[in-house]
Amino acid sequence: MTDPANGPPPAPRPGPLDHSPLAQLALARVRAFLREPSAVFWSFGFPILLTIALGIAFRSRPPDPIRAAVEAGPRAERVRAALAAGQGITALTLPAEAARAALRAGKVAIVVEPTDPPAYRFDPTRPESRLARAVVDELLQRAAGRRDAFAVRDVTATAPGARYVDFLVPGLLGMNIMSAGMWGIGWVIVEDRQKKLLKRIVATPMRRRDYLLAFVIMRVLFLVVEVPVLVGFAVLAFGTPLRGGLADLAALTVLGALAFSGLGLLVASRAKNTQTVGGLINLVMLPMFVLSGVFFSSENFPAVTQPLIRALPLTALNDALRAVMNEGVGLAAVWPQAALLAGVAVAGFGLALRWFRWS
Amino acid sequence: MTDLAIRCRGLVKRYPPDVLAVNGLDLEVRSGECFGLLGPNGAGKTTTIEILEGLLAPTAGEVEVLGRTWAQDPAALRSRLGITLQETHLPDRLTVEEILRMFRSFYPRGREAEQVLGLVGLEEKRRAWYDKLSGGQKQRLAVACALVGDPELLFLDEPTTGLDPQSRRQLWEVVGEMKRQGRTVLLTTHYMDEAERLCDRVAIVDRGKVITLGTPRELVARVVGQEVVEFEAPVDRISERDLLALPGIQAARRDGAGFSLTVDRVHLALPALLAHLDAGGVALTALSTHRATLEDVFVRLTGRRLRD
Repeated sequence: MTDPANGPPPAPRPGPLDHSPLAQLALARVRAFLREPSAVFWSFGFPILLTIALGIAFRSRPPDPIRAAVEAGPRAERVRAALAAGQGITALTLPAEAARAALRAGKVAIVVEPTDPPAYRFDPTRPESRLARAVVDELLQRAAGRRDAFAVRDVTATAPGARYVDFLVPGLLGMNIMSAGMWGIGWVIVEDRQKKLLKRIVATPMRRRDYLLAFVIMRVLFLVVEVPVLVGFAVLAFGTPLRGGLADLAALTVLGALAFSGLGLLVASRAKNTQTVGGLINLVMLPMFVLSGVFFSSENFPAVTQPLIRALPLTALNDALRAVMNEGVGLAAVWPQAALLAGVAVAGFGLALRWFRWS
Repeated sequence: MTDLAIRCRGLVKRYPPDVLAVNGLDLEVRSGECFGLLGPNGAGKTTTIEILEGLLAPTAGEVEVLGRTWAQDPAALRSRLGITLQETHLPDRLTVEEILRMFRSFYPRGREAEQVLGLVGLEEKRRAWYDKLSGGQKQRLAVACALVGDPELLFLDEPTTGLDPQSRRQLWEVVGEMKRQGRTVLLTTHYMDEAERLCDRVAIVDRGKVITLGTPRELVARVVGQEVVEFEAPVDRISERDLLALPGIQAARRDGAGFSLTVDRVHLALPALLAHLDAGGVALTALSTHRATLEDVFVRLTGRRLRD
């Protein structure tokens, strides 16, 4: 970037950034990253591929019909016809044994025994079975003459923001910010230490804080690319909503990047080789991949674990990103999460600076 | 030339539990000289040099570099030094020019990347990535990184080990240029020819101590003599005392399948030796002579070879 643009002049004068150690260190980081194709893929390409794959797998579809079986018997055909008259349900007559086998195998959600009155055989722990029981009962009761007490009006709403892909995109963004901070800083520092580059530059008059600060600058610079690429792709390809303010989103991602930069520095502060730091990074990240609501809501875990899960920085980041992107709230509404991220950043940097092994 | 670039007294470095890497080492390097630390691997050369560079803390002893101690203002002192470590891996995917510019930015004043490239002969490689350089080119770049701060004192830790002849000569040039400008160089090496050629004075280090010190010529003359004659023959039929009685022979020592003799007048000693062996009916299986070197000094003082 400081190269002269038009051919090499006879005596090149130093450019404005040539004598700034911070600028040179940050430039070195950016260049080394951009010249490593696999690093570029994992940071920019992979999250998009994941969004595409999961967006396709969990795309919105018309609901599956309810599958019901009627046990063979004298009244079976009347029952089957009553069910078949309903919408969104398929019914077939099967011998008793075959019908029960189909229920056990999940091929049908309910088996109707056509006695008078009929009996319903279903598994109450399966949501689709319970739904099937309600629909079957409704159809058979009505066929037997029951009248509705009142007529209702259905208002249907399938809105962007409520789909799986809309849940997923903020989670992937949070996950990406976490991995980029941990690998992009933790791993790279330990590599410098293992190759004795750290020792070599500590032997120059370079200020040590410049070395660490350059990583933070690099992370923030890359956010400017990472976030618009992933969010822009999701908006264009899947119509994912972006209801909150862009400034709020930007501030949150920067906070997240700072928090995970701090954690990255922390895991790198003592490790002597890249195997050790790789293990440490996985140790820190793996629980958050599972618990912090990247791919499914962290509400699925038992209530007693919730305070712990809320305290994880990735949970805070994901919850705040979802609130801003999907619900359109401002930064003020997610201040607890923002404060937690800021706290993690400060603690991470503080401890890392105290423990850092420079040679 | 009376002031000292480096002064250290009673330097000790102990690695718990029981490794004593440096064991009471004293050293004085004068301003403007090229000083060589010689010794076998494990003698404590690198530990010593890293203590002097302020990268390791000594267990005991005093160190003064350019009149300062490392406790005073390390950054100011570092800006006056240039160093190469025994091994450094610079960033693979940066170009020679980019690496030099980065190192230059760390120094408050110094020489631009362009000038330093010329000093180490890497002008044509300026846009090559580090991982595309040969071993010799990488080493020259490491030295260039040590020169960007325009150092008063340059530390080179085994700068030419394993290098091609062109890179070796280029690095010798760099040392020569430093000396012409009145700068100080401290280098470690186990190439004796290199030490004899580059160093004004050398110290031979063994087991963490300086065992002898002086100009290469002084050391050779004082410890060994002018010439070394080595021969192989059935040793049980030759006595050391008979050999020492021959003219021109100063010292004789059993060495493997024969003897190693230190000789001051080879034109007298050699005919006398041959006549003596012939008279005793001893058949030679090998005979060679060479000018005494620092290698001989080391063997004489320690009974071991440098590159074992």
